[in-house]
Amino acid sequence: MLRAEALRHSFGAVRALDDVSFSVQPGQTLAVFGPNGAGKTTLLKVLAGLIQPQRGRAQVDGGRRAIGWIGHQPQLYAQLTVRENLRFWASLYDVTPPGELLARLGLEEHADRPVRALSRGLVQRVAIARALTHDPTVLLLDEPFTGLDRVAAEALSRLLGQHTAAGRATVLVTHNVEEGTGLATDVAFMRAGRFVHFAPRAGRGPEQVGEEYRDAIA
Amino acid sequence: MRSPDLLRHAWAVAAKDLLVEFRSRTAILSVAVFVVLVLVVFNSARDPTAVSNVDLAPSILWVTFTFAAILALNRAFQIELENQALEGLLLAPIDRSSIYLGKLIANLVFVATIELIGVPLLALFFNVQVLPFLLPLIAVIALATVGFVAVGTLFSAMTVRTRFAELLLPVLLLPFMIPPLSWAVLATGRLLAGRPLSETLGWLNMLAVYDFVFVVLAVLLFPATVNE
Amino acid sequence: MKMLRVGRWITAIGLVLLAGIYVRALAYTPIEASQGLAQKIFYLHVPAAIWAESAMILVGLASIFYLFTKDPRLDRFAAASAEVGAVFCAVVLTTGPIWGKPIWGTWWTWDARLTFTLFLFLLYVGYLLLRSAVTEPATRARFAAVLGICGMCEVPFIHLSVYMFPTLHPMPIVLQPGRPKLPGSMLETWALSLGVFTLLYVGFVVQRYALSYLREQLEAAGEVGHA
Repeated sequence: MLRAEALRHSFGAVRALDDVSFSVQPGQTLAVFGPNGAGKTTLLKVLAGLIQPQRGRAQVDGGRRAIGWIGHQPQLYAQLTVRENLRFWASLYDVTPPGELLARLGLEEHADRPVRALSRGLVQRVAIARALTHDPTVLLLDEPFTGLDRVAAEALSRLLGQHTAAGRATVLVTHNVEEGTGLATDVAFMRAGRFVHFAPRAGRGPEQVGEEYRDAIA
Repeated sequence: MRSPDLLRHAWAVAAKDLLVEFRSRTAILSVAVFVVLVLVVFNSARDPTAVSNVDLAPSILWVTFTFAAILALNRAFQIELENQALEGLLLAPIDRSSIYLGKLIANLVFVATIELIGVPLLALFFNVQVLPFLLPLIAVIALATVGFVAVGTLFSAMTVRTRFAELLLPVLLLPFMIPPLSWAVLATGRLLAGRPLSETLGWLNMLAVYDFVFVVLAVLLFPATVNE
Repeated sequence: MKMLRVGRWITAIGLVLLAGIYVRALAYTPIEASQGLAQKIFYLHVPAAIWAESAMILVGLASIFYLFTKDPRLDRFAAASAEVGAVFCAVVLTTGPIWGKPIWGTWWTWDARLTFTLFLFLLYVGYLLLRSAVTEPATRARFAAVLGICGMCEVPFIHLSVYMFPTLHPMPIVLQPGRPKLPGSMLETWALSLGVFTLLYVGFVVQRYALSYLREQLEAAGEVGHA
């Protein structure tokens, strides 16, 4: 579903990606852990086609239409209502936003409020809804749990579980091992633009992965 | 990408921009107040015995529109940077050019609104006749506006992501505004003086050529400003 | 670095030759009848003006190729050419009024060619300011290339807009159809001067190019040191 072949990219003298290769199959969730500046966000942007890598190739089956993205920033217009935002983003994908999406994220009663009037947790839930309006087959998540309240975090975990169960692929990058491990089928550690560890999770829990992560990064 | 898609997506982007603007209304209101202020200040500074209104009005009109447009252009990509919405637009399966065209349409509507306020005020404050030449005047204003708003929209996509964005845009844009503005001032002057229409056709043609060249250029170059 | 040395040598030779041109212009070339000595500035003014405009065209061409190839050398060349173009514009804008005061009786007039050079200068200033306002090298190069291409396309339009102004400026007499109307020795001096300015342009650009290359290397080394 998603392939990266020998990706390399630098910003000036800073090497953000240094020979990264992997592939993700339907039903897989790859969690990439790494400290700040390890190149995680660059990796996601290259997969999404936002950055043209200097070397190597990234490919997502179905192209940009197949990708759903949840990043640090909600990518919403603060002056518009929740419904208007979703309708606008869906129109770029030539679809109408599915009605049950708001219900699934508990946003129905807020649908006609402008985004700037919502709390941070609610805005994050709208951002999740936004990423799912066009029913993407590949989800790219950049620190998706940052700033989420408990309700939203649970809703997101549930949605990701359904996404994976439906035979779709997810790549999740974060520096927080505790949050990401539970959802992952595969785990990678990233340091200075390289994958220093890449293997199926194989039943490892957050404690074990966390320990291995600290050893690999140190 | 097929052109109906291009235009439909461009329109979606423009409609969203205009809706955002309609919700807040701060930008359009402050620019409108600015236009009124500039016209009042010019009016109090002039000496009616030295230069006649008809000679002065074209320059004042275009100076006012120039500054008002620059204020408006700075805002265009600002709303995309809040919450990283621009990244969302780039992720969507739409042509990069449709983002530019959408922004261009929204900016044109914005500047046209200001001009719609400015022209009657000019006629009122400076007591110049515009009604008999209304259609050719609209043609001059429309052609000149398309040219510099096209270039300005392209440049603002770059300057919003630099340091001193608000200062840099006018510095980059002014040399590009001079050809269309000088033709527009000359043409407006002829029109308001009641000269025959044939005298302004030359300027109108040149404005049209300028518009064509820079709209095409901007559509081609815009992807380079957002692709990393 | 070898390139920097080469650039310095070319510039030095150019400057020596420029002095030579002025010896020739003052001592061996006839004095123009109506303008007197002031006409001598023409050997500086016209070649500088030609290169000031050509440099913008070269910036635009390099920018087009940069956007296709993403080769940093083209970006470095465009930046160097813009800086040298700005300097030549400044030369034109200084020598023009020095000539204009005795001949026209005024330092500045909104004459077509003067105005054109002024706008060209502002175009260069904008280009260099944009470069200084962006820190990330690849973004800086892309933004500068977009502006450079627009600048190149803008040149004919500025021509069109200013040439409608009434002008006092002498019409071009070197590049006009038919036989040039300059006396042979003036034309020779002028042609030599154009050659010298070409040499100066190349010399300056090579130096600037080498310097920006060295700066990039230093920045790279600095970044690695921090990491």
